[in-house]
Amino acid sequence: MTGKTVTRADLSEAVYNEIGLSRSESTQIVESVISEISDALVRGEAVKLSSFGSFMVRHKNGRVGRNPKTGEEVPIDPRRVLSFRASHVLKSKINKMAGLSD
Amino acid sequence: MIKSELVARISEQYPHLYQRDIEAIINRILNEIGDALGRGDRIELRGFGAFSVKQRAARIGRNPRTGDSVAVAKKVAPFFKTGKELRDRLNNKIS
Repeated sequence: MTGKTVTRADLSEAVYNEIGLSRSESTQIVESVISEISDALVRGEAVKLSSFGSFMVRHKNGRVGRNPKTGEEVPIDPRRVLSFRASHVLKSKINKMAGLSD
Repeated sequence: MIKSELVARISEQYPHLYQRDIEAIINRILNEIGDALGRGDRIELRGFGAFSVKQRAARIGRNPRTGDSVAVAKKVAPFFKTGKELRDRLNNKIS
């Protein structure tokens, strides 16, 4: 475990090495992929990427929450949240790389 | 939206690239994220979200049908936390 943080820059570097694209176009295409996925989710669509996982938009009802520090009641509005479910392929890859059986 | 639809949408924006190259690029991005998770790294995509791995301890599970105890080995599980901008967009707080 290296504990590094991977960012857009690392992803565009990987794309740059993959196909004969320029660095700026690699950066641009990574951004386009992220925004197409985001836009679909904002439209309320699920995004299913085979052998990676799926992103799903879930609706949460409003409820009365409580500030745990002060005990004060605060209303929590209904909202949409995103959930990610990793595919079995991804889960087993990660466990194998970590030296654990799956 | 499934992967082939994502490929099609990206292709529309990059008409000079072959669709199979777009697909290779998308797979490369997803593989890169998977490899990073396998190394135990965190992937932070500002505005979208962050992927990380969580350790799950070994435990005694049960076969729900028979009630038998089964040993479940320790494992790692991928985790995603939605970024602030996307969370706000999902709730119409920004365009």
